[in-house]
Amino acid sequence: MPLVKLEKVFKHFPIGGGNFTALKDINLGFEKGEFSGIIGPSGSGKTTLLNIIGSLDTPSEGSAVVLGEPVEKLTEKQAAKLRSKYMGFIFQTYNLLPVYTVYENVEFPLLILKMSEEEIRKKVLAALEWVHLTDKINSRPSQLSGGECQRVAVARAIVKQPELVLADEPTANLDAENSYHILDTMVNLNKELKTTFIFATHDDKVIRYLKRKVHLVDGKVVKDEVVSSQ
Amino acid sequence: MLLKLAYRNLIGAKLRTVLNVGVLSLTYVLIIWHQGLFSGMYRQATRDVIKDEIAGGQYWHKNYDPYDVLSLDEGHGSVPQELKPLIAKKKALPILIRQANLYSKGRVQSVLIKGIDPGQKILDIPTAKLDSGKDILPVMVGKIMARKNSLKLGDSVTIRWRDAYGTFDAVEGEIVEIMNTNVPTIDNGQIWLPLERLRKMTGLTNQATIIVVGKEVVGEKDLSDWQFRNQDFLLKDVSDVVKSKRTASAIMYLVLLFLIMLAIFDTQVLSIFRRRKEIGTLMALGMTRLKVILLFTIEGTLNGILGIGVAAIYGTPVLIYTANTGIPLPQAMEEYGFALKVRMFPVYSAWLITGTVLIVMLTVTIVSYLPSRRISGLKPTEALKGKIG
Repeated sequence: MPLVKLEKVFKHFPIGGGNFTALKDINLGFEKGEFSGIIGPSGSGKTTLLNIIGSLDTPSEGSAVVLGEPVEKLTEKQAAKLRSKYMGFIFQTYNLLPVYTVYENVEFPLLILKMSEEEIRKKVLAALEWVHLTDKINSRPSQLSGGECQRVAVARAIVKQPELVLADEPTANLDAENSYHILDTMVNLNKELKTTFIFATHDDKVIRYLKRKVHLVDGKVVKDEVVSSQ
Repeated sequence: MLLKLAYRNLIGAKLRTVLNVGVLSLTYVLIIWHQGLFSGMYRQATRDVIKDEIAGGQYWHKNYDPYDVLSLDEGHGSVPQELKPLIAKKKALPILIRQANLYSKGRVQSVLIKGIDPGQKILDIPTAKLDSGKDILPVMVGKIMARKNSLKLGDSVTIRWRDAYGTFDAVEGEIVEIMNTNVPTIDNGQIWLPLERLRKMTGLTNQATIIVVGKEVVGEKDLSDWQFRNQDFLLKDVSDVVKSKRTASAIMYLVLLFLIMLAIFDTQVLSIFRRRKEIGTLMALGMTRLKVILLFTIEGTLNGILGIGVAAIYGTPVLIYTANTGIPLPQAMEEYGFALKVRMFPVYSAWLITGTVLIVMLTVTIVSYLPSRRISGLKPTEALKGKIG
C-alpha cells in the first residue's frame, strides 16, 4: 500500500463571489522511501497539494489517504497527531522558532511526543550530527546563516525519524553551495533512514536530485516521470 | 511541556518580558502597600480611639447628641445608681460636657469643657496632671487645640460658661498639660477640667453627660435615662471615614489592575500578530489549536508569576521597612477626620497579600486568554503564510 494515495482530489478556494480551483482531479501515489518532487511554476498548486498531503489542509473533493489515514475525515486533533508522529516539514523560510536555540528548535517535535529527556538529547545530537551543526547547538537562528538555518530545519524535520518529510521550496532562499549541501544531506537521509521525501519546487538544483518528478500545471498533473538512477 | 515552552518563549522575549514583569511586580507592590496603608490607618485609628476615648463603651444620657451642641443643655443627668459601684472601683468614668468660651491671648473661641476624674485609669490620657493641688483651675488641652490657639504650658486662659441656671460666670485657668493624643475628637476645640470643679462651676452636682466603662465591663444594657453605646457604635465614624477613603483606594486598585490588563492584553495581541507564522509552524509540527491557545495563555500568566517573584525580591524589604518604620504624615493629615499618628504604620495581612496575588493572577490569566482565542479560528496554512483571522 502506498504511503500517500490521492484519488480524484480537487481543491477549491472561494474568491470573490466564486471559486478558484487550485487542484483538479489529482490521482497520485507515493511509496515509502521515494525522493520525489511536485514541480511546476508559481501558482500551479504545488504548495496546496503538499499541504493536503501534510494534513494541514483537506481536499474539497476526492480522497487523500496519508499513512493509512483519510485526511479529509481527520479531526484537528487526529491530524495534529499524524503530523507530530509521522511527518516532518521543511519550509522555504525555515520557520525556526526565533527565541529558541538550535538545540531547542530541533528538540521541539520530540517535546510534543513527550519523550524522555535522555532520549531527546540522544536524538537531537544525532540529528545535528547529520546536518553538521553540533558546534552551533547553543546559537539562536539570528546568529546563523541562511544555509545553517535550513540545516537546522532539516534536523528538526528528521529528528523523530518520520515516515514522510515534506519540503516546500527548501532551497529557494539559499545560494547554490548551500542548496547542494542541504540536498546532499537529504539524499543521504533518504538512503540511510529510508525516509520518504516529497518536495514542492521549481528550483532546477532540486529537480536534478529528484528520482520522481510530478509536473503540475494549473492544478493538473501533466507529467509523472520516474528518473532512472544517476 | 507547555509550561517549559512558555517559559522559554517568555525568557526569549527579553525586553518585552522585562517590561511586563516590571509593571506587574510594581502593581503587586503598589496594591499591597496602598491597601496595607488603609488597613494600618483603620487599625491605628480604632486602637487609639478605644484607648483614649471610648474604652469598653459609653453610656450616653438620653438627651445627649454629640452632633448637636445645643443638646448639651439638657443632655446630662445624675449618675445612675447601678453604675456608682463601678465608678467607685474606677471601672466606670463619668464625664460632664458643657459649652463655654475660651479667652486666650486676646481671642475668643467656642469650646467644649469636659470634666473628668483626674485619678481615672480607664482612658489613656494624662488626667493626673489635672490634680495639680493649686488654687488656680487646672486646664488640659490636646496638641491640636494648643497649636491652633498658640497655648503653652503655664499659659493663663479665661473660661466663660453658663451654670445650671443660665447665669454667665468666668474663671481664670492655667494650662497644666498639653496631651499628645492622636484622637481629634478629644482634642480639637476642647478643654479638660477636673470633674468636681466643673460640677461646682456649673452647679450640676453628681451629674454627667457620658459615662465611659472599662474594657473589662461587658454586656452592658441601657439604664433608665442612659443608653449604652458599644464599641461598634462608637467606632462607626472611624469606619465610615475609612470606608470613604477606601473608595479612593479602590479606584487606585482598579487603575492599577487596568494598567496590567492593558499591558498584558497589548502584549498578547501584538505577540499573536507578530508570531502568526510561528503559530502555523507549531501547528505543522503537531500542536493542536487548543494547545497553542494554552501556550499563549500560559505565557501571559507566567508574566504574573514572574511578577510575583520580582515583587517579592524588591517589594518584601520595602514593605517590611515601611511596616516597621512607618510613613511620616504631613501635619495637614490631622484634619483627616480621625485619629492619625505622625507616622502611619501599614499593616500587610496574609489575606491582603494572598488576595492581591490571586486577583492579579486571575486578571492576567483572563486577559492572556482572551486575545489567544483568535487562534482557534486560524487555519495552519494561512498562519504559515503569515495571515491571521
